[in-house]
Amino acid sequence: MEQYLQLVINGLVVGSIYSLVALGFVIIYKATKVVNFAQGELVMVGAYICFSLTVQFHIPFFWSFLLTLGFSVLLGLCIERLALRPLIGESGISVIMVTIGLSSVLRSLVQLVWGHDLQVYPQVLPTDPVFIAGLPVAPVYIAALALSALLFAVFTLFFKYSRLGIAMRATAHDQQAAQSMGISVKNIFALSWCIAAVVSSIGGLILGNINGIDPHLGHLGLAVFPAVILGGLDSLLGAAVGGLLIGVIENVCDGLAVNLFGLGGFKEVAAFVVLVIILMIRPYGLFGTEEIERV
Amino acid sequence: MQGKCGLYFTTYAGERQLFATWTSRGWLAALLLALALLPAYVGTYYVTIVNTVLISVMAAASLNLLTGVCGQISLGHAAFMGVGAYGAAFALTRGVPFIPGVLFGGLCAAVVGMFFGIPSLRLKGIYLAIATLAAQLILQFVFLHWDAVTGGSSGILLQHPVILGFDFDTHEKRYYLFLAATVLVLLLLSNLMRSRFGRAFVAIRDYHLSAEIAGVSLFRFKLYAFAVSSFLAGVAGALLVHRTMKVSLDNFTIDMSISYLAMIIVGGLGSISGAVMGAVFLALLPVGLGMAAGSLSGVFPDITSQIAALKEGVFGLVVILFLIFEPEGLAHRWRLVKAYWKLYPFAH
Repeated sequence: MEQYLQLVINGLVVGSIYSLVALGFVIIYKATKVVNFAQGELVMVGAYICFSLTVQFHIPFFWSFLLTLGFSVLLGLCIERLALRPLIGESGISVIMVTIGLSSVLRSLVQLVWGHDLQVYPQVLPTDPVFIAGLPVAPVYIAALALSALLFAVFTLFFKYSRLGIAMRATAHDQQAAQSMGISVKNIFALSWCIAAVVSSIGGLILGNINGIDPHLGHLGLAVFPAVILGGLDSLLGAAVGGLLIGVIENVCDGLAVNLFGLGGFKEVAAFVVLVIILMIRPYGLFGTEEIERV
Repeated sequence: MQGKCGLYFTTYAGERQLFATWTSRGWLAALLLALALLPAYVGTYYVTIVNTVLISVMAAASLNLLTGVCGQISLGHAAFMGVGAYGAAFALTRGVPFIPGVLFGGLCAAVVGMFFGIPSLRLKGIYLAIATLAAQLILQFVFLHWDAVTGGSSGILLQHPVILGFDFDTHEKRYYLFLAATVLVLLLLSNLMRSRFGRAFVAIRDYHLSAEIAGVSLFRFKLYAFAVSSFLAGVAGALLVHRTMKVSLDNFTIDMSISYLAMIIVGGLGSISGAVMGAVFLALLPVGLGMAAGSLSGVFPDITSQIAALKEGVFGLVVILFLIFEPEGLAHRWRLVKAYWKLYPFAH
């Protein structure tokens, strides 16, 4: 039983990072209806930039954190301007494919610059475990959960009350109406890519502090699809809940598979089995908007 | 089909021909002759490369039926090929003759493809893409862990294919096998696209609701598309593993699925010649890069260790640039070039 409790806690921590990445995904989808297959690579690039700044250029962690966020904004702007904007109005498959191409390019650049090896972050937080309900939990896990919760609170408030947030929601709802009310749809698109890159790189930083980083970090993007589908492609709350749920489901199913069948590595597919079931039963997820078609 | 300027048909049958003019028939015959003579003039190394290209052509053409013609995005095509390969290997290692074994592989793939195609009635576009992505990852897991049938990570070793007592024991002999299969698959697909089924697929792609109103049963025809496409993918997969005589997981990864999708996009969605051109182009791209890196290794000594990363980056870049600057693919450009030479020096 204790083992499963531990698995649930680990699941929540990994899930909170899924939620962050899913948040970036949902923000892009909500505003631009683009499904971003390069989300995991954005996480990876952010993690590597911060690693490079702290370890190779010896900048204190706090400042390299801020610099990484600045870099992510630039990266988001470049991607939107160079790769996505020329494809406005093209079919779904083109847009999916361009983000897949983008993920290849980003992965290749990371490997060319930093190589294939696992890189380890310097310890920023104390390593002594904190005990929760009798189970040891590393402080970096708690920081991960707290940071994700904070970001979700900030973005919920941002979308609800700020002028820009409302403009983004308006764009998501009806681009033409938003445009005619004086909202620059192009700027909103760029902004949503910036935000997505920023939250993803924060996810990358946290992951880097937990596990270290290597060029396979981008595969995280695949793990996020079940989370966003479960939550609903266009719901912030869905991203949060879906991420946590998938994190827990993955870990617990993995534990069950090992204990019951001696089957290793079930972690990677458990979420996808769940995904197929969700798609069959409730394709728009827990909190997603159902599309209604009329002739 | 609209005929060329100066080309008039007096019968419907004439208009529906695959190759309407003697010029196009002549070029086709010349191409086939050149392909038939190829192994006599190039070395074994190049024959193995051409074998890879031929199988890519088959795979891309079969994906093109599903994604380009019927509009159902599939990110799991390589996994369906894997089902065909493992199915065929299962039959062949138990003594089934070559052709029935390969067809059995195709059938296995068709069944699995149809199963994962069932959600396509409710799911469209991105949701379907993610469902097929799930199919890909789940099947990959099955390949790795169902040791009794798939041999797990060590794979399965195969015997040389034997058809009616003829042993295909060299790359050159297998080249003719692959060539014949590719020509058959392309002929089959071209004919399918001119039939009732092809037109129904196109109707579904263009607008599913209108197709349904016009009397196309969406569920049935989407399943047909998944079945035929996965069947051909399975056959292509079963042949693919006869390239090296070994079934292994590397041929059926998500990266392969993505590159097949890239082939039909680079070539031109929905056209057979596009699938062929895209497959040839993208299958030769890494080979060309490898050669370029080899000749540049004197200048940049690090380049050989970076070649894998470089290939991936160039692949991504090619896809992005094609989508931005040539969204209709190579097939469209080829038509423009032909029109240009036909009309020169007049603009129309």
